[in-house]
Amino acid sequence: MDFKVLKSFSYQLGKIIKGYNNRSLYINLNDYSIGEKEVTEMMKDKFIGGKGFGLWYLWNAVTPETKWNDPENEIVIATGPIGGITQYPGSGKSLVVTISPLTGIPIDSNVGGFFGPYLKFAGFDALEIQGKSKEDIVIFIDGDNGKVEIMDIDTESIDSHLIAHALTDMFAKNEEDKKNISVVSAGNGAENTLFGLLNFSFYDMRRKTVRLKQAGRGGIGTVFRDKKIKALVVKFSNTRGDLNCPHDIELIKKTGIKLHKEIRDLDDKQNQMRKVGTAHLIEIMNEYDLLPVHNFKFGAHPDTKNITSKVFKERYFTQNMPDGCWYGCSMSCAKAVDGFELKTGPYKGQRVTVDGPEYETAAGVGANLGIFNPDFIVEANFYLDTYGIDSISFGTATAFVMECYENGIINKDITGGLELNFGNEKAAMELLHQMARGEGFGKIVGLGIKRMKDIFVREYGADREFLNDIGMEQKGLEYSEYVTKESLAQQGGYGFTNKGPQHDEAWLIFMDMVNNQIPTFEDKAEALHYYPMFRTWFGLNGLCKLPWNDIVPADNDMTDNPAKVPEHVQNYVDLFYAVTGKKIDAEELIRQSERVYNFQRVFNIRMGHGKREDDKVPYRSVGPVTEEEYLSRQERYDNQLKEILNYDIEGKSIAERMKVLREYRESQYEKLTDAVYTRRGWTLDGIPTLKKLKELGMDLPEVVEVVKKHLG
Amino acid sequence: MKYLDKNVELCTECGLCEEACSKAYFKVADKEKSRIRINMESFGEKITVCNQCGKCIEVCQVQALYRDKNGIVRLDKSKCVNCLMCVGLCPENAMFEHVEFLEPFKCIACGICADVCPTGAIFLKEREMATAE
Repeated sequence: MDFKVLKSFSYQLGKIIKGYNNRSLYINLNDYSIGEKEVTEMMKDKFIGGKGFGLWYLWNAVTPETKWNDPENEIVIATGPIGGITQYPGSGKSLVVTISPLTGIPIDSNVGGFFGPYLKFAGFDALEIQGKSKEDIVIFIDGDNGKVEIMDIDTESIDSHLIAHALTDMFAKNEEDKKNISVVSAGNGAENTLFGLLNFSFYDMRRKTVRLKQAGRGGIGTVFRDKKIKALVVKFSNTRGDLNCPHDIELIKKTGIKLHKEIRDLDDKQNQMRKVGTAHLIEIMNEYDLLPVHNFKFGAHPDTKNITSKVFKERYFTQNMPDGCWYGCSMSCAKAVDGFELKTGPYKGQRVTVDGPEYETAAGVGANLGIFNPDFIVEANFYLDTYGIDSISFGTATAFVMECYENGIINKDITGGLELNFGNEKAAMELLHQMARGEGFGKIVGLGIKRMKDIFVREYGADREFLNDIGMEQKGLEYSEYVTKESLAQQGGYGFTNKGPQHDEAWLIFMDMVNNQIPTFEDKAEALHYYPMFRTWFGLNGLCKLPWNDIVPADNDMTDNPAKVPEHVQNYVDLFYAVTGKKIDAEELIRQSERVYNFQRVFNIRMGHGKREDDKVPYRSVGPVTEEEYLSRQERYDNQLKEILNYDIEGKSIAERMKVLREYRESQYEKLTDAVYTRRGWTLDGIPTLKKLKELGMDLPEVVEVVKKHLG
Repeated sequence: MKYLDKNVELCTECGLCEEACSKAYFKVADKEKSRIRINMESFGEKITVCNQCGKCIEVCQVQALYRDKNGIVRLDKSKCVNCLMCVGLCPENAMFEHVEFLEPFKCIACGICADVCPTGAIFLKEREMATAE
């Protein structure tokens, strides 16, 4: 491939000390300046690493007026202090932070692949990219020779399956060397939608192919292409198990082997992550009426049997391959379909390897669109990834337009001939290809639900209230794929998130709805404090959430609190000490998260969001919007009216019942909001109090300044 | 191919095999460095040793584990990234690790231990390539 080096920067290779390089890499694409920054003790104490570092750098880069496509917006990529160890499953994650095109506030995304660890081994705790290039560029970080280059490389395409392969081939000396390369790329869809994603690669030596993991949520790929970045490439050739120079490697080894053995002995009996990955959730969610069907109207469908994990395992996934997205991940959930022949689009007829489908993709582009064809799901999965489009936002946004189409809010004239009924896989696939080409109705859907609602009201006279009820977005981000109508706690689990409704902060449906473990508002509030904080911690340290509770010790049920998986919490406490040498306990772990979580909340407020108003949720996530939905669960709803509200349903129309039910459910959400804010140490308007910030040691002058303006 | 087989009933737990093994490979008499273990508490087997089944080859992402031309499962230390999945996922618990080393180690059916075993509880045996028992 032809290339030109536009800027070169040399740096001293260093040594990681107890999980930190103590420096980060800063690149400005306005003028191609490249430099190092010190990672201070303050940063390590208060922000730990990963998305903590990302949020801190981003805060310092932007102003309250900064929009996603302003040059000062940054993309920050960082693993964390624990990131890059090879002995404990799920320890290779990168955290990516930027101001989101969808929400206007910080988004953070947690992604596998080798980039984060290799960046760290190359010498940097974080990579901060600011500014906008005038021409398409590739950034190459050579961790073997201490060199960073901004390059103009003539690549055939920016679609990820092509560019990731091409750059891996270009920067590797030979086949053996390919494992030492990781590429970050987006695709044509990221350029033409607001929910573009980033693919992080790792080389699969067995399949001899580049695999892709996705930083999916919030449009980071869109920002990446707006900065005219084609790809980031990192190279590091001598991966070893002690590169973090940890404080106590023996403790890491012992803890890792213990979990490897648990997975060996129990995974087949528990979630079969090694065999089917997250796809096992498809049938579970369907069984519990939680699988989104037809834009979250329903929670199950008889045709789900066509897309269960059994189908993917028997007909699609290639088995007995090491499927970890970083070294040492014996959980190995990263499934792949090999030799899949594409039936549509620009790569029609080609045989490709597809990573996934994950649960979210199968639910989002399958069940939620009323499409129960596994071939469609795998093909859509391939194109979504290579185009750089988030499958969750695509699925949820397309489900929304399908419901609008079926309600006559939009029609064939508006969609350019696409008959967007539920179940129309041809139309859905064409919509996806349009997004990559930046054409037609695909261009509109690619703006996301929040902007579509405005357009449909303004241009087509749609009823704003109805669109607000059925449009499954909050803060501008599309919901991920769980039906929350019957779980108040999970309505809050989505509603009170910092970045928008993504399930990585809290997933409380079973605790709440199935097992009834958190019946009172105080119980729910405690869960909506503890779990979001606990889960935030993975993103500070470069870790994956799955090995925490997708495998549990054999005696977990006998513990005081099985939902917390106490033994695994202790593993994390041990790992943090073993790497950094800093003694913490399970309580300090939560406080580490609280510092960053509250900082992110204040960041949202600084950007003009992040208050109670912003935590409201669409009614589709709370209860039945339409009579059709009410009737589908009539017995449940009628009983609630009778038993909880003493409401006599005799002679009452469905519309009357729905109204009473809605008032009740919405009031419950408000009560939950009060309880959660109180538990988190926030005002009833959702603002962290000065007392809380002081208590956490997060009363930094710039944080206090923002909060004071809003405390009144 | 050759592999080390065992007849547990004949074992007197004398420990000579462990001593011979660790001396041969690590120049020290230390059962913690032996590639065969007698009565390791946590393992629940009287004699723990690799049967060359090759399960570990499947789980190794970097292909550091391989079967050599004689059928023996071996570790290429230069490729190993020290993840220890092979240690945790070994069905026989026969891949070992030690505090002093990043890389794990295992029996390569050299027969040194069998030579010193006074009762014949361990012995080299032939079987078809690549199939465990």
